[in-house]
Amino acid sequence: MKLDYLILALKNLKHRGIRSWLTLLGIFIGVTAVVALIGLGNGLQAAVGAQFGVSSTQALTVQAGGLNAFGPPGSGAVNKLTRDDSDAIGRLGTIEFATPRNLETAKIEYNDVVVFSMAVSVDDEMEREMYETMDLEADRGTMLLNDALGRIVIGDGLADGSKNGFDKDIMTGDNILVQDERFKVVGILKKKGSFMFDNIVLMYQDDLDDLFEVGDEVDVIGVKVKHPDLMDRAKEEIERLLRKRRDVKEGEEDFEVSTPDAILETVNSVLGRVKAFIVIIASISILVGALGIVNTMTTSVLERRKEIGIMKAIGGTNFQVFLQFFFESGMLGFVGGLVGIILGTLASVTGTLAINSFIGAELSPSVDFFLIGGALLGSFVVGAVAGIVPAMNAAKQNPVEALRG
Amino acid sequence: MKKVSAAKSEVIRLRNVSKHYPMGDSVVKALRHLDFKVYEGEFIAIMGPSGSGKSTAMNLVGSLDVPTHGQVYLDDGDISELSESDLAQIRGKKIGFIFQSFNLIPNLTVKENVMLPMMFQGTSLEERSDKAEELLRLVELHDRMDHYPGEISGGQMQRVAIARSLANDPEVILADEPTGNLDTKTGAIVMEFLEKLNKQGKTVIMVTHDPDLAKEYADVVYWLLDGRLDKVTKRVGKKFIDVTKKKKKEAKSNGRR
Repeated sequence: MKLDYLILALKNLKHRGIRSWLTLLGIFIGVTAVVALIGLGNGLQAAVGAQFGVSSTQALTVQAGGLNAFGPPGSGAVNKLTRDDSDAIGRLGTIEFATPRNLETAKIEYNDVVVFSMAVSVDDEMEREMYETMDLEADRGTMLLNDALGRIVIGDGLADGSKNGFDKDIMTGDNILVQDERFKVVGILKKKGSFMFDNIVLMYQDDLDDLFEVGDEVDVIGVKVKHPDLMDRAKEEIERLLRKRRDVKEGEEDFEVSTPDAILETVNSVLGRVKAFIVIIASISILVGALGIVNTMTTSVLERRKEIGIMKAIGGTNFQVFLQFFFESGMLGFVGGLVGIILGTLASVTGTLAINSFIGAELSPSVDFFLIGGALLGSFVVGAVAGIVPAMNAAKQNPVEALRG
Repeated sequence: MKKVSAAKSEVIRLRNVSKHYPMGDSVVKALRHLDFKVYEGEFIAIMGPSGSGKSTAMNLVGSLDVPTHGQVYLDDGDISELSESDLAQIRGKKIGFIFQSFNLIPNLTVKENVMLPMMFQGTSLEERSDKAEELLRLVELHDRMDHYPGEISGGQMQRVAIARSLANDPEVILADEPTGNLDTKTGAIVMEFLEKLNKQGKTVIMVTHDPDLAKEYADVVYWLLDGRLDKVTKRVGKKFIDVTKKKKKEAKSNGRR
């Protein structure tokens, strides 16, 4: 029976003027923001995870100065790690191997265009181990092996003429300038879906040292642990070793051993704060929308006094009149939510595609049906709650006075 | 042809009813000491110029409003003892309203307007739909079922209102100036429908300011003037005779007390 009032409410909505729909702006902007954000947020999280190249359950990263959200990892530290640190870590019982690497921002010139990218060093004794921890593989050509100086391997994104900024594909065998020195491209990496890795330039340690004079210093030490179960123990061992070598007390470490999880957590907490902020904005917007509904329903009750009088004259009880306006208000919110969900989903799909083309990732937009259902129900409830007072006013009307209009 | 008799049961009765409205600091006495009985199957007219209290009387007779003093009985029950919702339910079941300005709900189609009173009584959708179609066939508007009130003429709207008033098969049809917004010809058509319903046994109470209309269709005419009952006339054959004298004295003596 209650369904009858819902249908009646829908019929009345059909005849609403544009003014009523405009008051829904708040609701649908709020819902759009939430739906777009959550859809996009899940994609972003995956994207950022991929940026950090976190995949192995046996990989640890050691860097000086702690996690740094800005700039290449480890590059901002004062007291840098050294190659000896790396060797010492490699000799620990739980560790299979440790590979030192340097990261430098390099000026790259090709086709008379200059582009800046990240140069990463390859240690001449541990090439394969490093490729393994970083999960790198050649798509075309070969990887750097056997101390091949003057040669480089580049990421897929840097090779692709439509994305690299050089307006020209780089092929294996081409020569390009890195920091004004000529290098021959021998291999192109398999695409990883990560902006950082797909634009990387790999070169031997000696070449990087010539260009940037890094000496014995190391930015990052990539570590492979012997078994996934040993991750925590390995982390403790490395921390104990480095405290001793760098002469710092427990709790005052100027270095960080991070597991893939820890890196993701950092990313997630930043994203979480962004999300919380947008949710607050969206809540305010929905609140404004709800007030809009209160306003439009109050006006509507005034405008339709005569209709209320008719309903009462032909047998409508107070509760029946209340129900009709209550449902009408709820449906108003529901429609606002529906529009918001459609727009929000569109925005999250478009946003995901934009991220994909911008950083070369391959994210699929996430459509969460639980979220959609919740948003629809939520908007109905917001509308219905906003309509309670106006609907009560409608129900309270004296039939004789209401009939007078 | 008329069938007024003492054996008929009482449908509505107003006993010494007064209605006062507060108006700023003063009180407007819209209706004073009205006694009024309606028997089943009668065609009653409430006559009077504007300001005579006939709208107030109609509101009370239709149980849209409760009296300041006195009692209104609907089927032997005192309406002032009912809750607002119970009153609405009883009103919806026992009284069918027809208004001067038609009062159809513009957002609903003709058929939906006729279905609405049944919805308030909790009738199933299927039953509502069937009954509405039947009633619209009765007022010869079944081919306009899916039109909106704005798309049909005034005379047609009033016929829809008649169909709507019959939706819950009420004992009484209460028509407030049913021809007031219509031209003579369409007004006559509407009156014919009301007369037909009365002949089928429905009690009809019509409020009007037009004496000719009252004389043409009503069995009993209550003449109101300045909030008081001025006279009651009853049809005997083709003439109306005054049957008020006794009541008038009573009213006067009540007024003096």
